[in-house]
Amino acid sequence: MDVFINAFGLIFDPYVLLVVILSGAFGLFMGAVPGLSATMATALLVPVTFFMEPVPALASIVTATAMAIFAGDLPGALLRIPGTPASAAYTNEAFAMTRKGQAELVLGTGLLSAVIGGLFGAVVLTFSAPVLAEFAIKFSSFEYFWLASLGLTCAAFVSSESAAKGLISLMIGLLIATVGIDGTTGFPRFTFGSVELLGGINFIPAMIGMFAMAEVFRSVTAIKPPPEVEQRTIGNIFAGLGKVLYRYKFNLLRGSTIGVLVGALPGAGSDIAAWIAYAVSKKFSKDPEKFGTGHVEGIVDAGSSNNAGLGGTWVPALVFGIPGDSITAIVIGVLYVKGMNPGPTVFLEHPELIYAVFVSFFLANILLLPLGLTAIKCAKQMLRVPREILMPVILMFCVVGTFAINNTVFGVGIMLVLGVISYFLEENGFPIAPAILGLVLGGLLEESFMTSMIKADGDLLAFFERPVSAVLGVITILIWLSPQLAKVWRKIRRATPLGGR
Amino acid sequence: MSVKSNQKRRSLTKILVASAMMVGLAVVSFSPAQAAYPDRPITIIVPWGAGGGTDAVGRIFGNLLEQDLKVPVNVVNRDGGSGVVGHSAIITAEPDGYTIGIATVEVAMMHWVGLTKLTYADFTVFAQVNQDPGGLMVGTDSPYKSAKDLLAAIKEKPEKTFKASGTGQGGIWHLGMAGWLLSEGVDVAKVPWVPSKGSAPALKDMVAGGVDFVTSSLAEGRALIEAGKVLPLANMGDERLPLYPDVPTLKEATGSNWTVNVWRTIAGPKGVPQEVMDVLVPAIKRAYESDEYKKFMDGRGFGMIYRGPKEAYETMEKTDKSFGEVMKAAGLTN
Repeated sequence: MDVFINAFGLIFDPYVLLVVILSGAFGLFMGAVPGLSATMATALLVPVTFFMEPVPALASIVTATAMAIFAGDLPGALLRIPGTPASAAYTNEAFAMTRKGQAELVLGTGLLSAVIGGLFGAVVLTFSAPVLAEFAIKFSSFEYFWLASLGLTCAAFVSSESAAKGLISLMIGLLIATVGIDGTTGFPRFTFGSVELLGGINFIPAMIGMFAMAEVFRSVTAIKPPPEVEQRTIGNIFAGLGKVLYRYKFNLLRGSTIGVLVGALPGAGSDIAAWIAYAVSKKFSKDPEKFGTGHVEGIVDAGSSNNAGLGGTWVPALVFGIPGDSITAIVIGVLYVKGMNPGPTVFLEHPELIYAVFVSFFLANILLLPLGLTAIKCAKQMLRVPREILMPVILMFCVVGTFAINNTVFGVGIMLVLGVISYFLEENGFPIAPAILGLVLGGLLEESFMTSMIKADGDLLAFFERPVSAVLGVITILIWLSPQLAKVWRKIRRATPLGGR
Repeated sequence: MSVKSNQKRRSLTKILVASAMMVGLAVVSFSPAQAAYPDRPITIIVPWGAGGGTDAVGRIFGNLLEQDLKVPVNVVNRDGGSGVVGHSAIITAEPDGYTIGIATVEVAMMHWVGLTKLTYADFTVFAQVNQDPGGLMVGTDSPYKSAKDLLAAIKEKPEKTFKASGTGQGGIWHLGMAGWLLSEGVDVAKVPWVPSKGSAPALKDMVAGGVDFVTSSLAEGRALIEAGKVLPLANMGDERLPLYPDVPTLKEATGSNWTVNVWRTIAGPKGVPQEVMDVLVPAIKRAYESDEYKKFMDGRGFGMIYRGPKEAYETMEKTDKSFGEVMKAAGLTN
């Protein structure tokens, strides 16, 4: 208990609090500008943290990332441009809600579910990091293969159009994910001799192109202007929110749990957590047909899962020095520089510092409420801007954002090309979400399959030899077969009374 | 083309930091007038992703050079393509000292596999600032507690009993394993290489029971070694490491003469003028000698070594030759 009191003392220090508030504002800005992600916010904070004590250094990263992940929802909901990859899963849904005039509801839900999810992640991180890390580290490529397969299955749930078109869209995403050096053999694929393509298609320009550029194209090519966004201002964002959150309280818990677990698996992270939470939400929803048309339920799940995932990613990073995602990969470097070498010993050697980090998670998520509210108030101005002015501005943001990732025009090219492709796909009734999911999971799927095969000398049964892998495999295959099984089941049920006659 | 026009713009990252200035996180100033080098922002290209060791080295140098040279220094990650993308960006930049980068040991490898034509000869070398030997690690539940036992088992057991990992196919630690096995007279094909996205995922996979040993540097396994999950058997350098004084070198452990080191070298495109060198090289040396750099490197467990332009170039040349021989012998070349 003394440790906790010391930790509180370390955090509630005027200098630390100032750092936390400033990095919170910085994080909101980074998250809200498309193309600038939570990872980049962390990378930019690192040189600044060199000159800080360990606690403010880590608290600044914790706060900036928590804010950035929420702020990614803002351009997603208002402009259909996900601010960070973690918002991609429900960008369509959120934008559809804004179109229906429910901008307050979607932003308020996003904010509160982010706060609740973030606090849940903080609780899990504080009280069960060592146990959870022990579990997460046992995952080998066999288990990851099944996880990636399960993730791809989400494509079936996130596409509201026909299943065949969803599948084609998924395949396009997977195809794009194969560009670049093949991780297993080191052989370049689909690079056409281009050095830039050797590095593969970066996910962020692709995502911005597929969502935002396609939207810009649609807007300029529309012969008859689409119905104006009915909503021009944002009123009280808390109106009716209590009812929504109370109704979906179970979703909050489920989304947060998925977020922490997926986050704790090294290499998965908040982006994938949001996809899975959204798909699970639709699968178990009482009204799945409303998904994709501007239904708040999925946003509760996914909005809480990506913020909960942030806490999860720190679990393997602190306990074993293995990054849960690209943010914690940077954090591990900072931990070493600050002399808090990750490992079980850090809990014994510097318990007050570690607990101060945990306290900063709580603080950051509580602070998200007022800061997030302010950000929403600023962002709502966007709804007042006429479309003729808004679209060129969005285009500019797309270009600047994609340039920023690697400081190269090549990223802008990727965005434009994929924007055109996804415009034509959507015009012909192909959903875009599965293609993006394919892009997110393609690398993990291929890599885990190929390395598993090398380990098992090509024996496919190896996917069922390890206990966790076997369980995951059986679940995945049952889900794949479930439509057929349901058909057979219905036939049997119909057949039995007939036989009884 | 895009690469060439790159360094002429102010890096966007810096503009972002400038925005951060509004919230008081950083202060940036631009001075566009023509004057002695450096009179405008310098870009450091890191050919690997944010968060890795090379990124950290690039960022701390960026910081120290910024204070020393009094111009903004931006660090840009150009990762992907096994390092080809970033290294190509360094050598195709304008050789004016405003775009430099961190060249890593992969320069001595990627042209042998046919991924690129670029070699060490395409760089102007300023200084080598780090060197780390490869290692040999097993999980603590492995039945083999010494490099000798492990080697004997590899020799004795049938092909493909053992799997190793540590980096991607044909990457530096793959070469480290191949060179070791060759030096012990073992067929490299006896131990299949399981490619990974780097050392951390490989070590995690070893702890999860996916592979039998990992040949990345011991510094990279530090947290798991301290957690009692990983056992270091040897380091593949010339002498024992200050971090692990009890872990023998490979020579002490099995008598092998094989050594493998990774290095990080600050370099620019070929043809950087002498007056720029006269400013940059001493500035890098001062940064290397700073307390911040030493504290950072000791903290991460990275090895410190300084080699000036000439010696660093010779090291690149020497590595290139010896790696070429091993890669051909191990069948890693295309």
